[in-house]
This record gives sequence, C-alpha cells and structure tokens, in this order.
Amino acid sequence: MLATIGVASIDELFEQVPESLRLGRELDIPTGLPEQAVYAHLRDLAARNTSAEDEITFLGAGMYDHYVPAIIDMLMGRSEFLTPYTPYQPEISQGGLQVMFEYQTAISELTGLPVSNASVYEGPSAVAAAGYLAKLANGKTKFVVSRGLHPHSRETLLTCAHGYDIEVVEVPLRDGVTDPDAWAAAIDGDTSAVFFQQPNFLGAVEDAKALADIAKDSPAVVVGSYDPIPLGILAPPGECGVDVAVGEGQTLGNRLDFGGPSFGFFAATEAYLRRMPGRIAGETRDVDGRRGFVLTLQTREQHIRREKATSNICTSQALNALAGVVYLGWLGREGLVELGELLLQRTAYARERLAALDGVAALHEQPVVREFALALDVDGLEGVRRVIGRCQDAGVNPGYALGQAYEEHPTGLLVAITEQRTRADIDRLAEVLEQALVAERAGAAAREVRA
Amino acid sequence: MSEMLGATPMQREPAVTIFEKGAAGRRAFVAPESGVPQRDPEELLEPRLRRRTPAALPQVSEPELVRHYVRVSRRNFDLDSGFYPLGSCTMKHNPRLHERVAALPGHARLHPLQDPQHAQGALELMWNLEQALGEVAGLPHVALQPSAGSHGELAGVLLTRAYHEARGEHRTKVLTPDTAHGTNPATVTMAGYEVVKVGTNPDGGVDIDDLRSKVDDQVACLMLTNPNTLGLFDPNIEEIARLVHSVGATLYYDGANLNAVMGRSRPGDMGFDIVHYNLHKSFTQPHGGGGPGAGPIAVSDRIEPFLPRPVITRTETPDGAVFDLDHDRPQSIGRLRGFQGNYGVFVRAYAYICSLGSDGLRDASEIAVLNANYLLARLRELCGEDLPLAFGERCMHEFVLSSTPLKKATGVRTLDLAKRLLDHGFHPPTVYFPLLVDEALLIEPTETETKETMDAFAQALAEIVREAHVDPSIAQNAPYTTPVRRLDEAAAAKTPVIRQPAA
Repeated sequence: MLATIGVASIDELFEQVPESLRLGRELDIPTGLPEQAVYAHLRDLAARNTSAEDEITFLGAGMYDHYVPAIIDMLMGRSEFLTPYTPYQPEISQGGLQVMFEYQTAISELTGLPVSNASVYEGPSAVAAAGYLAKLANGKTKFVVSRGLHPHSRETLLTCAHGYDIEVVEVPLRDGVTDPDAWAAAIDGDTSAVFFQQPNFLGAVEDAKALADIAKDSPAVVVGSYDPIPLGILAPPGECGVDVAVGEGQTLGNRLDFGGPSFGFFAATEAYLRRMPGRIAGETRDVDGRRGFVLTLQTREQHIRREKATSNICTSQALNALAGVVYLGWLGREGLVELGELLLQRTAYARERLAALDGVAALHEQPVVREFALALDVDGLEGVRRVIGRCQDAGVNPGYALGQAYEEHPTGLLVAITEQRTRADIDRLAEVLEQALVAERAGAAAREVRA
Repeated sequence: MSEMLGATPMQREPAVTIFEKGAAGRRAFVAPESGVPQRDPEELLEPRLRRRTPAALPQVSEPELVRHYVRVSRRNFDLDSGFYPLGSCTMKHNPRLHERVAALPGHARLHPLQDPQHAQGALELMWNLEQALGEVAGLPHVALQPSAGSHGELAGVLLTRAYHEARGEHRTKVLTPDTAHGTNPATVTMAGYEVVKVGTNPDGGVDIDDLRSKVDDQVACLMLTNPNTLGLFDPNIEEIARLVHSVGATLYYDGANLNAVMGRSRPGDMGFDIVHYNLHKSFTQPHGGGGPGAGPIAVSDRIEPFLPRPVITRTETPDGAVFDLDHDRPQSIGRLRGFQGNYGVFVRAYAYICSLGSDGLRDASEIAVLNANYLLARLRELCGEDLPLAFGERCMHEFVLSSTPLKKATGVRTLDLAKRLLDHGFHPPTVYFPLLVDEALLIEPTETETKETMDAFAQALAEIVREAHVDPSIAQNAPYTTPVRRLDEAAAAKTPVIRQPAA
C-alpha cells in the first residue's frame, strides 16, 4: 500500500503535521486489552451499580422503569437498523425512512398534533428546542415557565435562552399545580412562549386546556412537555390548545441507561411545519411510480440553511425512536389505554396506602396518574435522604427526594409507579417506609438528646 | 435499462406501513392484573381531563410486528453489510462486544437519579472515559453531557460566551471557515452570535490574510476542524491560534475529524481551547440510522469554571476512590439536557478505548490515514483525469475529489456517480460537501476496511466513469437495483405527506 501511495513509511503521511505538533510519545492511556478482559472490566463496573434489577424501585422524576419488550432488543440489535448512518441516500435507506414516517405518525396520533419530526435528543433539550422555535417564529423577548416543568428542562431552557438573550420568568405552583393567576399575570404581549408539563414534576395532572386558553390572547407559542405513557387516558395536547408538544421518550421502549440514550419527541400544529427542528421523513414516489420515503423540508436544516437554520441538530436519536414506534405498536391502540388505566389504579392505591402511614401525608390532592408527591414528617432534605437510604438498605428505593430541586418542599418524596411495580411491591414499600420513618424519628430524637 | 432488467423482488413488494396492517382487536401486549382494589376511573380522573378517542395506534400481533420490522429493515443498506466511505462520518466497524456490555443490567437498568453511592461503577466509568478523552485531545477538563456533535458545539460556543461575559466583555462575532460543517454556523446563531466566514487559501487551509483582516476585539471565537473537511491538516494552525488568541478570542475544535490524529497530534497542543468529540464517529458508537450519538467536550483551564453541570468528582479515601456528582458550580453555563448524558454511548466508547489502548488508538489513526491515501492513489491511477483531487497531493483520513471534468466531458454529475455506486453495492461518499468544491465527493474509508474492499470500490468507480463516457444515461438514470429508484424529493417538499393519513 505504501508503494502504491509512493511513500516509504506511514510517518511520511503525517508530514503535513508540523514537527512541533507531533505528540512524539504514547498517549497516557492503558494499553489495549483482549475482548474477554474488557468484558470482565465492564461487568465489574456494572456490578458496582444498584440497578432496577437489584432493588424494587419507585424512582421516576423523568425516567421510569417500564418493561422493555424482548422484540425491541432484537430489532434494535439488527445490523440494518443499528449500523447505517443518517439516510442521505434514500434509495438504500427505505427501511430507516419508513420507520421515521411510522414514528411520526405514531407521535402525531399520540399527541393529536398533525406534525412530528423524526426525534430530537431527549426531553429537556426538546423543551429548549421548542423555545428556539418560538424565538424564531415571533421574535418576542420572554419565556414564561411553570415551576411544574422538570427542573432539568427549566435549567436547559435557561442555558439556551441565555445564548439568544431571552428572559425566563418562572410561575409558581399552588396546591400542586401551576398557579393560574400568576400564570395569567406573567403572560403578556412580549411573551414568546409559555411552558408547562403534563403531568407536572410533582405528579399532578394540570388543566392543560385552561393553561393554554390563558395564553391564547398573547403572541406566545404554547409548549407542553408531556409524559407519553399517560396519553392513553389524558386529553392529548392537540385537543387542549397546545401548539408544540415535546417530551422524554424513554418510557416508550427505551432502557434507563443511567439517563440516555433515549429520544425526545417534538410535535406541532400545521403552522410550525416549516419551523420544525431536525429530520422529517416524507412520502413520495420513485421514477417508476413506487411509493417511497425521503428526508424532506430540508431547507429548514443546518446542512442547507447553515446560519439561518431552524436548529443546529444533525445526529439525533433514530434508533431510540425506532424503539419508540415498535413499543407503541406492541402496546397497540387498546394497550396504551389499558396501561394508562392500570397505572391510574395502582397509583391511587399507592398514594392512599402510603399517605395513611404515620408521618406521611400527600403533598397535594390533585389527580395523579403515574407518580405522586408525599411529605414526610422528618427533619428536612437530609432526613428524607436518610429515610431513602434506610429503605434502600431494605431493598426498596422509595423515590426521589424533592427537596433537591424544590426548596419549598424540603421533606417531599416523589414516588413513581410502573406496570412492573405490583401491589405486593407497593405493600412492601409501605412496610419499609414505615420502618424507616420510625427509625429516622428515633434517630432524630437521639440526636436531639445528644445536642 | 430498468425495463430490460425487470423489477427486483424487493421492488415488486410495495411499501406498506404498520398502520396499514393488522385488524381491530389484534394486539401483542397483555396488561398485568392491577391487583389493587378497583376504584371508579372517573373519580380518579374526571372526564374533563380525559382522552375521548384512543390514539389510532396499530392493532397487530407480535408475529406481525416482528415480520413487519424485519422486512422493513431489509430495505436498508448498513455498515455491517458493505463499504460505507461517507466522508466526515467515520463509518468504522462497530464491535458487538460493546452492545453486550452496554446491555448488562447494571448499566442498562441503572436509573439516572440513583444516589451516586449506588452508582459508583457508572461514575467511575465516566471518570475514566473523561480522563482518556482529555488525554487524546490534550485538554484537561472533559464534560460528557452533550448528546451529539452539534450539541457539543452549542456547549462550546455558550462556554465561549460565558468566558467573555465573566471578563465583562460582550463580543458579537464567531468566525468559521467556508469549509465548515453546516452545524457550525447554525450553532453560532443559536448562541446569539453573528457568523463571519473566513476564506480558504489555494492549498486548502485557512486564508491567513483573510483571517487577519477579520480578527478583532468583537470576535468571540474561531471554529475550526483540523484536519479540515478537505482532509488536509492546516500547517499554519499555530499562527492561526496566535492570531485568534491575540484578540482574546477562543479557538474551537470541531472533532468530526479527530480520527485522523489520535495519538499523533492533539488539538490542545495546537492551541485549541475547546474541543468536541463525536463518540459515534471516532469511538464506534453505532450510528443507528441517525443517532444516538454523544458529543462530549474538553476544555482548557480558563474555560473549566463554566463547564455544564453536574461534573463528576473523584476523591481518594482510605477505602479507595469515591465518585460523586458536583452540582454546585456557580459559574457553570448550566445544563444542556437532562441527567448525565447518553451513558449507554459512554459505555461503548469506553469499551472501545479499553480494547485499543494507547497504541491501538494511534494505530487506528495511522491506518485510517494510510487507507485514505491508498484509496486516493488507486483512484488517481484509475480515474484521476475525470475525478481529480480538489486540493493538495496527499490527505489525512479523508479526501475530496471533484467530478467537474467528468461532468464537462459526459454530463454525468456527482449525484449520478453516487446513484450508480448503489448498483455496485457500495454506499456512496459524502456528495456536494464541502461546499467550496464543485461536484465534490468526500471519501473516508476508515481504518477498519481492507485493501481488497478499497480495491473493489476503486474498480467500481472506475467502471462507472468508463461507462459514463460510453453511455452517460446509464448513470444518469441509476440506480436500478435498489428497493426503490430515484425518488421525487421536490414533490415531497412541495406537498409534504409526513404521516400516514388517518383512516
């Protein structure tokens, strides 16, 4: 090969690199290992994590331990889906493009909105992407954000909005849901977009239609961040006056994976079709009249429009979106509703059961569909953390310490339900939590005596 | 020609979506018994808040679902089946070990909000990956959070902004060369800056005089790829860095082309302040037909305080190292997404680095450059007249040909060459990029391809060029053997059908 090139050594090929910039030493990285040794190392690291396989977990707060059907592993592992690049050559990418088209259809059905792209990175960055859409669409100067929006979504929006200089105003919660009066007061003629989450971070179902209605007389784009699973039973954003519905797609057939990769969905009304970020697959015909699919409306995108693009996104989450559409097909029309009703019943049971424990109260009384917030009678966030630790020692992860993100709820505990958490699991949680609270309060009393 | 050949079996099979299959009542999912006392559903969730009509999702059995998606998958070309010399995309082999280790429940079923005490393995893995990536780039501080290259770019430009703001400066412009990836200018706008283009000199590098005339105290940053998208290492990089730093601006490295220089040369040593990596390019994360990826960034000391949060910390204790997540970063630009990033991608990239090690990473880049130069030499030998190299004599890990002479002689364009390559069973190179080369073909073979594969590709391209001189219409009407033939993209954009029409 060197002779064909006409050089004597590989070093000669690097002569373009100035002498002073050649590393001239080995990288300070361990030398390579054979496959078995790498497997063993990665297995040992995995063994030092406590996964949902190792404990009964009620941890949610944005990602949930739903069952991932076996066909998803099989299909995601197929070379034909796993190893191609973005479908730049449609004639040999019909598989991926058709999956995108089907995915867009599924998301459109789920949200009740006519337009969906082929995925964005994940939930919180999808919220930020919706903000950028609004900014480009109306050029106004302010985002109004419900405090019920996931803290990571709020922070991501803030990070990105700072880049293009938009003010972000937060609206507090009242009785567990977005305070409608404060919401109305915050929205005005300078509002570029308003953001709420359904169900919100405290698990409460918002009156999405009422929130959207309030924004109707302003220029604001109404953005709803939705958990897709309860959409089997909750009114879809398209029927509530939401302009852009986004959300975290992990619950649709994707693993927890310590936070990713999953996907973000992004759906909108017809008005925003040509302002959408990311890839969109469209149907067309080939020269012989056969049905086929292509990436379409590409004049929105960075590789064509460059600095005038609607977004900079290029690689997104196609494989994870595949898992999403397969999962929705697996659940099917009736299955999504049945799953929603199942979670509704179990969540109601769990909230009632836990709130009846000594030292536990419901943090709000709003309707809940898959997650709910409790207030524990303990000493602040640290008390909650100790209670969680005690429960984990007993093999149950009771949920998320709300005080980390909501200083107004220092003793809050957010408990999530999936179809993998049975009544026996919920009863076990009640038992473990009760014991942990007794121990915590005994410990607190002992600490007081010492003090 | 297609009439002569007749339609292939796959062409005769019409595309039918999952929404056009199945029948009412069919399903795969069986809901578990709720097991709890049943309450009136409308008491738990009042009708006002409820969905009235179920989403019109498919109604199919599991066998139907499996058969549908397996058949659909066969309408894709993929890296496991054939050569994929897509320039700037680094389509190297995806080891299956990585899928196996990423699927271990300790990784795959780990909740992102698990207490760090119970996620020590994951945090150690991320820490180790940060150390290795930092060493490859020659920059000490790494943040793994961004989800793809363009997301890393956004992080980088927002870091630049935070850096200048912390010094009380509000700069307005970011420079990008005219060879830049489209994501660069798009990112600059998203971060609130104006894009200023810098020209390319006759050797394919940054036009230093043009740069000098545009560098002033309003410039926040210069974004650069090195080697650039022409596959050339810019020998003036130190001078470029000096110019950019002389006005207090930062130098940003788009890591799309890092596969050329791992273990040979480091962006940090070249003077770059901020680097992003594409773990789905140089570090083998399978591309998945358009993601997932990950776009970690590495930065110099002066940029470190602004990194996205949380950052991973490591503390030595008598019982060994303890890892944690530090959210208390007052100067941080904040989050760019939820949780800690695409951890599953980190697992694969880390497994790759463990497999190759320091020597293997350097070998990978050396062979990538060797392969690119070999394929370039073969193509110049076989069709150099019709498809000349756009710039220079040699290349790094990729190179750009221009088919302008062929187009003049035969009317066959780069697009036609690409489409005809499909009939030969090859994925075409990147076409019409970089923009400054007329009729460009950007070719990147990567280190994982054999000499035989590259020889076969060169022969195929030479055959297509020969054929073009005899009968240009063959390439102009190609492809003939793919599941569908040329598609009407204009019609798709004019009257968009982007979902299955409701029944």
